Amino acid sequence: MVRFENVGLRYGLGPEVLRDLTFRIEPHSFQFLTGPSGAGKTSLLRLLFLSLKPTRGLITVFGHDIAALSNDSLATLRRRIGIVFQDFRLLDHMTTYENVALPLRILGRDEGNYRHEVAELLQWVGLGERMWALPPVLSGGEKQRAAIARAVIARPQLLLADEPTGNVDPNLAQRLLRLFIELNKSGTSILIATHDIALMDEYDARRLVLHEGRLHTYD
Amino acid sequence: MTDGRERSDPAAARKKVEKLPSAGTTIIPKTSIAGQALISVIAIMTFLASLTTGAVMLILASAADWQSEVSREMTIQIRPVAGRDIEADVRQAATIAKATAGIADVRPYSKEESTRLLEPWLGTGLGLTDLPIPRIVVIRVAPGDPPNVQGLRQALTSQISSASLDDHRGWVDRMRAMAGTAVAGGLFVLGLVLAATVLSVTFATRGAMAANQSIVGVLHFIGAKNGFIAGQSRRHFLVLGLKGGLIGGGAAVALFALAGILGTWFPATATGDQVAALFGTFSIGVAGYAAVLGQIILIAIVTAETSRRVVNHTLDTVE
Repeated sequence: MVRFENVGLRYGLGPEVLRDLTFRIEPHSFQFLTGPSGAGKTSLLRLLFLSLKPTRGLITVFGHDIAALSNDSLATLRRRIGIVFQDFRLLDHMTTYENVALPLRILGRDEGNYRHEVAELLQWVGLGERMWALPPVLSGGEKQRAAIARAVIARPQLLLADEPTGNVDPNLAQRLLRLFIELNKSGTSILIATHDIALMDEYDARRLVLHEGRLHTYD
Repeated sequence: MTDGRERSDPAAARKKVEKLPSAGTTIIPKTSIAGQALISVIAIMTFLASLTTGAVMLILASAADWQSEVSREMTIQIRPVAGRDIEADVRQAATIAKATAGIADVRPYSKEESTRLLEPWLGTGLGLTDLPIPRIVVIRVAPGDPPNVQGLRQALTSQISSASLDDHRGWVDRMRAMAGTAVAGGLFVLGLVLAATVLSVTFATRGAMAANQSIVGVLHFIGAKNGFIAGQSRRHFLVLGLKGGLIGGGAAVALFALAGILGTWFPATATGDQVAALFGTFSIGVAGYAAVLGQIILIAIVTAETSRRVVNHTLDTVE
């Protein structure tokens, strides 16, 4: 699904922030990405969701070498990847329903075909009563669930989540983890970037540990 | 699939979905674009462009009237020459003109009428009868059947050495040149207006892009192509362009209509007569209104396309 071979990344003329990364993300897999602050987790996530191109090495996503793809082709690949950011990045002027429906709107789907789909997903993540609400009036947990719903509404093959439990209490963190596990069981590959050791201890999955720009894998 | 969250009754949920508003909110929020300011700028630009177009059309219509009026007449001038009977020459010139095909009417001016033509310049009460005043024969051309002007000129000059034929071509050429200058001036002003509109929209779009950088980022990571993002911007700016264009173009049309009404209210005043003599009525006609409508559409399209190109260029530069 995703293959990194000797990937290196530097910003401008600065030092390499990622060095010689070689790993794969297999279909239907579940993995945590962890490491100390400044280890390069965010940079690795940006490479994974095709927001950056490596300064060296090879990255193939769904069988495509990303270095050789046009902007539009990269956008097409991004539609197969769902992303949940730590700061949610919901659009404040749109309702929760509209935020979650946005990826389908971008795909050009007719709203009549996806209204029930979006509503059912919002019910599933516990936001059935908050479809009309604008993000500024949602709690942190509600925003997180709306962001997750938006990431999975288009049924991505790979879900990337950056500190998805960083803004929620331990109880909700466990519920969100269960949600990711459910998604994984339904066929989506999951990569969760987190500092939360307790969360990782909750579920037995592969751990990718970044330290000083290098990656160590613990299966 | 469940994560243990509270779940509602499916029937109630379906009802709720049916009540959902459509996802019609614009992706780029309207309030984040300096919309009112841009609409005002576009309205002013369209107003100026429409006034220019209307004025050009008035000049063209008047020039066409003058040209057709002037080109329907020709003048034979017979200069007094010692040893020749000018009255006989006038009669002969009239006979030659009448015999020419395409001439509808021939009217020789008497000596008194020719003398009166000089009164605006020389005043009345002068003894002009002894002066060698040229005589004039006015010829009206038959509509739709132009005479052979060159043949008539040759016939006149070969038989009457002191006769000359003026077909008023000099006037017509000057009027054509004036009308052409007016059109060129109008096109120049329209070009300036379009350039100013493009610059205004470029700055407004860049401002909107900067203000909505986070939204553009979100659209990117959920897989929106540059064309989709640019299309959102184009649609929004098209509406702004149409609003501004309709306000400016509508104001110009209202001004022309008002001027036309005022012209009919004061037809007998000296100023009204002068203006009517120069420009006819202030009616710009169906063609004028069509031109203003065309300008509104043109400015709206220019606004939308400029925005789309700026967004595309910005996204290409960012990536």
